[in-house]
Amino acid sequence: MSHFRVEFRQRAEELIALYPRPRSAMLPLLHLAQEQDGYLSGEAIAEVAELTGTTSADVRGTALFYDMFHLEPVGQYVVAVCTNIACLLAGGVEMLEHASATLGCSVGATSPDGLFTLEESECLADCDVAPCVQVNHRYVRTNTPAAFDALVEDLRAGRRDHDVPHHGTLIRVRRNGGLHAPRTVVAAERLEARAARDARATETK
Amino acid sequence: MATLSAPRIVTSRAEFADSYTMSRYLATGGYVALRKALTMFPEEVAAEVDEASLLGRGGAGFPAGRKWSMLRKAPVSYLVVNGDESEPATFKDHFLVERDPHQLIEGIVIAAYALQVTQAFLFMRGEFALGLERVQQAVNDAYDHGALGAKIFGSNFSLDIVVHPGAGAYICGEETSLIEALEGKRGFPRIKPPFFPAVTGLYGEPTVVNNVETMSNLPWIVENGGAAFAALGAGRSTGTRLFALAGRVRNPGVYEVEMVKNTFRDLIYDPAFGGGVIGDAAIKAIIPGGVSAPWFGPDLLDLPLGQDEVAEKGSMLGSGSIVVLDETTCVVRAAWRITKFFARESCGQCTPCREGSGWIERVMYRLEHGGGRLEDIDLLLDLCDNIAPGLTWPPQQTTICVLGPSIPSSVHSAIQMFRDDFVAHVEHGGCPHD
Amino acid sequence: MTDVIKSSVTITVNGRAVEARPGELLIEAAERAGTYVPRFCYHPRMEPVGICRMCLVEVDGPRGATLQPACFLKVNDGMNVVTDSEKVKKAQDGVLEFLLANHPLDCPVCDKGGECPLQDQTLAHGSGETRFVEEKRHFVKPVEIGELVLLDRERCIQCARCTRFASDVAGDAQIAFAGRGDLIEVAPSPTQPFDSVFSGNTVQICPVGALTAKPYRFSARPWDLEQVESTCTTCAVGCRVAVQSSGNRLSRVLGVDSDPVNHGWLCDKGRFTLDSVDGNEASSDPLQASTRITEPMVRRDGVLTAVSWGEALAAAARLLRAAAATPNGVGAIGGAALTNEGAFAWERFLRGVLGTDHLDAQYGDGLDAALLQSLPAATIDEAAGAPVVLTLTGDLREELPILFLRLRESAVRYHRDIVELAYGASALRAVARVSLPVRPGETHLLVESLTRADGGVPHESVVHEGDLNAARRLIGETGEGLVVIVGRANLAEDASVIETAIRTIAERLPRAKFLPALRRSNVRGALDMGLSPQLRPGRGYDASSNGRDTLAQLEALRSGEQRALVLLGGGLLGNVLDVAGAREALEAAEVVVVTGHGGASLAYADVVLPAAVQHERTGTVTNIEGRVTAVAAKVVAPGSAWPDVAIAAELAEEFGQHLGLTSVEQAAKALEDATGYPALSALHDATSDGILVGREHDRVARRPLDPMAFPGIRSTETVGLGAHTGATSFVSASAAPAPARALLERVRAGRGANVPLADAYSLRVNLSRRLYDNGIAMQGSPALANLRAVAVLRLNHFDLDRLGVVTGDAVNVVGVRGATRLSVALDDAVPRGTTEVAFGALDAAGDDVLRPILDCRQVVSQVRLETK
Ligand SMILES: Cc1cc2nc3c(=O)[nH]c(=O)nc-3n(C[C@H](O)[C@H](O)[C@H](O)COP(=O)(O)O)c2cc1C
Ligand code: SF4
Ligand code: FES
Repeated sequence: MSHFRVEFRQRAEELIALYPRPRSAMLPLLHLAQEQDGYLSGEAIAEVAELTGTTSADVRGTALFYDMFHLEPVGQYVVAVCTNIACLLAGGVEMLEHASATLGCSVGATSPDGLFTLEESECLADCDVAPCVQVNHRYVRTNTPAAFDALVEDLRAGRRDHDVPHHGTLIRVRRNGGLHAPRTVVAAERLEARAARDARATETK
Repeated sequence: MATLSAPRIVTSRAEFADSYTMSRYLATGGYVALRKALTMFPEEVAAEVDEASLLGRGGAGFPAGRKWSMLRKAPVSYLVVNGDESEPATFKDHFLVERDPHQLIEGIVIAAYALQVTQAFLFMRGEFALGLERVQQAVNDAYDHGALGAKIFGSNFSLDIVVHPGAGAYICGEETSLIEALEGKRGFPRIKPPFFPAVTGLYGEPTVVNNVETMSNLPWIVENGGAAFAALGAGRSTGTRLFALAGRVRNPGVYEVEMVKNTFRDLIYDPAFGGGVIGDAAIKAIIPGGVSAPWFGPDLLDLPLGQDEVAEKGSMLGSGSIVVLDETTCVVRAAWRITKFFARESCGQCTPCREGSGWIERVMYRLEHGGGRLEDIDLLLDLCDNIAPGLTWPPQQTTICVLGPSIPSSVHSAIQMFRDDFVAHVEHGGCPHD
Repeated sequence: MTDVIKSSVTITVNGRAVEARPGELLIEAAERAGTYVPRFCYHPRMEPVGICRMCLVEVDGPRGATLQPACFLKVNDGMNVVTDSEKVKKAQDGVLEFLLANHPLDCPVCDKGGECPLQDQTLAHGSGETRFVEEKRHFVKPVEIGELVLLDRERCIQCARCTRFASDVAGDAQIAFAGRGDLIEVAPSPTQPFDSVFSGNTVQICPVGALTAKPYRFSARPWDLEQVESTCTTCAVGCRVAVQSSGNRLSRVLGVDSDPVNHGWLCDKGRFTLDSVDGNEASSDPLQASTRITEPMVRRDGVLTAVSWGEALAAAARLLRAAAATPNGVGAIGGAALTNEGAFAWERFLRGVLGTDHLDAQYGDGLDAALLQSLPAATIDEAAGAPVVLTLTGDLREELPILFLRLRESAVRYHRDIVELAYGASALRAVARVSLPVRPGETHLLVESLTRADGGVPHESVVHEGDLNAARRLIGETGEGLVVIVGRANLAEDASVIETAIRTIAERLPRAKFLPALRRSNVRGALDMGLSPQLRPGRGYDASSNGRDTLAQLEALRSGEQRALVLLGGGLLGNVLDVAGAREALEAAEVVVVTGHGGASLAYADVVLPAAVQHERTGTVTNIEGRVTAVAAKVVAPGSAWPDVAIAAELAEEFGQHLGLTSVEQAAKALEDATGYPALSALHDATSDGILVGREHDRVARRPLDPMAFPGIRSTETVGLGAHTGATSFVSASAAPAPARALLERVRAGRGANVPLADAYSLRVNLSRRLYDNGIAMQGSPALANLRAVAVLRLNHFDLDRLGVVTGDAVNVVGVRGATRLSVALDDAVPRGTTEVAFGALDAAGDDVLRPILDCRQVVSQVRLETK
């Protein structure tokens, strides 16, 4: 029995089909599981293990290598405040403290209403709007305390749902298109091209 | 005065709000270069890139043409494009993937054609949610447009690009670690030799790994010729380059600058770029190429923005990030925060990197927050030396990858340049700035 | 097979020229040349990863001398290496200091203290004091990650030996690195405990005390331990072990690196069932396997009563003499647990003194011993090195775990091909090139078609033609390069099915070699000693014998034709398929049991003679490939138990006969003198990898023990990783004439196997062996007691759907002799129309579930499942 719901299971299989080896779909599949559940449950991990041909321990260990995966439930909004060098120089630490006060939770914890989880992050590559804040990996560009508080209000009121989807949803654009040519045909093309190139090479010699 | 005459090679669409769409791209000359490339022989395309002397923009600065030509002797299986951009204060690839994804895709198709590769992976930093969506949309549009997929623009060349999201780990920017992540594993860097991607890369097959910005330059190079690119800049550092300027400057941002013709001072002070230091404070130090790079003092501000010029002075242009530290900045705190980053991002394989980063971070924390001892300063240098023996540049290393020897850069620079600040921290029992 | 060094390269180590094999790892080449490079993550039996960085040395390169990991770098000609410069020393000291930074240094309370590679390195290289004044990393102290293993993450130095072993060697990635940086930790899955049957190896190779074994924890300090090298007789692979005791109490078994056999690895059953030797002291019921039999006993007024040896021997002799007075009145069953010397002594007693030919070391659960003897033999090394291996066995991980590891390595690391006849669950499946599903009663048919170029697909088979063709191509037409591993995959199927298949292969593919997968401890040695009707000591063969095998003896006992039975070991009832029939036979007979452990058979014993068991006796044993190695006594047998040789010899004395075997040594000598069987030679060479019977001896030079690779083992000459030094003939094979050997054409034709087709509602039964079975070792071992197999019927999803049940549902199982109730589980490894059940699995009430309801006289047993 699949832990992925039908639509997600189908997307999982599409993802696996993109790669020469199933295990390559590991990170996309874990993102997918997180999109469905908001975090990585034991069942999801077991299913990803099965899909990628490895064990739960291995999948869990792999997931824990990466910061974006949560093995415990988190808030609907994961708020990341950068305190790395550029943001440090622009008041990132103070912003983090402010966020903690506004959300009513310490760093690494979830707000009492269960809506927000606060994280101190490393550089988020948006250093010209420092200190940088991301919510669910979306740049919200709120680099003043007042802007941050307004954002929190908007999020609570659901006014940012269009550009800040719930935690776990990473890429809302589904892939369509693809090579759509049998690999054998493509391989034959390549062989032909290579032969032509070799012929050109001997010609010029 | 800054030299502003150079053409905008990768930021030409920056003014347009819809720069990321197919319609704007086509309206501004998009996919013309690709059509041209497809009429050339693959090796001719590669020759243009070789002539351009396009240095890799990911950090190591290896010429793209050379990388490819080493490979074209044996068939290359995969092209992997590195969009993991996580080096602190580097945000130029972020700009490129969000603002001009088609230019990147066109570049990837051109590179794939030159290498005769039919499968490319675009590995993007997972935290780039918007960028991932824009790139995926652009990829979809490119398939629809015939610029990607089977028989591109009716030619006999086919290519598939898979957009692969990372999941939050700086080390995955390192090319062998990125390959591991692409294989669905922990991002543990592989040992070189023998795991040079060019020889034993993805799935053990020959693989080219290039940076996003490197790719984004290709449409212009094909359209205008490698010679035109090489005519810009000087020496090995040709063309323009994106610099992400951050820290204590008035106008932080991503700037496209002709190489060598401009200096650090131009970039920081010119009104077209950084516009000077906040509050007109004096510069204390700059970090010239990402936090892995050793720092420069204000005495080197007039150094040209060229790869070899910077290397000669014991640092690197690296990822194209420049951070300005001014007289209000506590260098101990800055170096501590950078070490904390490395400690958090060490993959954990190598003992010196794993344990060394954490140890140095803890000592730096003590110095900054009180509890520092004078002997800590030499202890720090010795711990640094145990990770990067001799503390030379380019560094030697006791680790597998160069994240290890990047750890000492800041601490070593800070102690070398501002030992008094460290002593003051000890004597003050914490940070005198607080 | 001599592995001659064909070409070599010269490298310079510290200014000295050193010969090395091309492609050899620098750390190995340097070590052979006497330059030991310190290390942690490197283990000679695993692929290097070069992560701990302890082995950094200076190597000249294009950019001058750089620090390179000696464990990862392969030598090439002209390489210039410096291992003793200041720079190297500083780098290595730096790594050591880093490793200790977060290490808790709780050595006084750590199991590894005293034999810890980290401790040793620190004493050898470390500076006296630490410069690390920070708070150390903290984790919750030991967590139980499996039934047998505890993990203390604070002590871990992240060398990845355990995780690499689990994923690369064992193929059970149940533990893995999680996290990053200095918070990286080894962790199991929250939903799946670390229950690999190889888990103990991770404890053994952990270079610190991060992984500890629950059974051994806190039980001894290394410096109190004494050690002998021996051979594990838990199964018939014959792994070399270091047996350690504290005083007269067994403490620990560690794997010794025997190059031809176990490479240092052990399975958890072999490693941890030493507690069954001690016996459960609270247990005194002779019918329980957890009870050690320590005194001779005779039955008086229906009760087994302890007596003196004299009384017991007299009683046994009286009973046997009376029975032997009638022709064919006496026989013997068992003997696989004996040493070669013990088996030889008993064979001499049974044939020479009692004059009987009715003896059999197998319980009807093996294969025709004469047939096996007639086949061209392969060694384990040959199987592991063969281009193609064909298996006709049950799950080797469950039956002969270390043979499984060797084959797995061959497939995974050296990319050789395995063709598997798949009867049900099998751990080799994941690495086999081709896996052909076979239902009970079909092996011979499938093999018939497999060994013919135009064989087609057998009628009614579940095999895909493409797979069959692929298998046929791999196997080839002559058997050149093929090793066939043969065993009893299914105990509910008549042996003739596999035997017919074996004959077919041997005839059609004359160049194929065979490795028998008989699994019970020294069964190979017992057969070599003649404990089988047609076999004679020293691999002799006598086709004229009409002796009864086990099943025939039980029949004869029931019919009254045979009156008395000597049971050599107490395993009969636990292993014979027809338990009811065996009970009936024992009931009817006079029974003398020679055993060290209690057991159900003792309910029928008239005389019980207590014997020493493994780790209490010396002698030799012979493994599946015919390798004779020494076993050593580490502790003294409890009470007045005797070694088997002594019991046989003394019993003969009661008959007024002198076997001339007053000691193990004399028995070995007599055997070797008479037959050339290298028992005495192996006994005298007790710390070696032994001698292959019937082969020109190819000696593997052992090299000095590396405590980094094998922490805990404390002798200097116990590791066999060295190069083959060529054929050093040191076997003092005497001039004794070689005994007659069984030849394929002389071995009687196997029984025909005409299998009736199953009816549509019945399932054919596959009774397969499990490592954690219900045998004596498992019953006697508190450490492993919780791991014993539970009874469930495994079915293919087609069959589950057909029955309309899902995993966990209970069904009625109806056999010819009765019915029982069991739950089902989905397992698509089981072929359609078949159900797989673990042999000897117990139901919730602790009763053996399936054997009582099956009729073992059928070629294939079937059951019907009812869901109401
Ligand atoms: C620790 C570390 C992090 C790196 N991060 C990145 C990165 O985020 N993006 C990138 O393009 N290259 C990164 N690199 C460099 C890559 O390994 C590789 O050299 C580069 O992608 C090659 O592309 P190029 O030749 O086009 O520059 C990193 C290297 C190291 C050692
Ligand atoms: S240097 Fe650090 S990041 Fe690089 S491989 Fe070693 S432990 Fe990992
Ligand atoms: S890196 Fe060579 S032994 Fe660990």
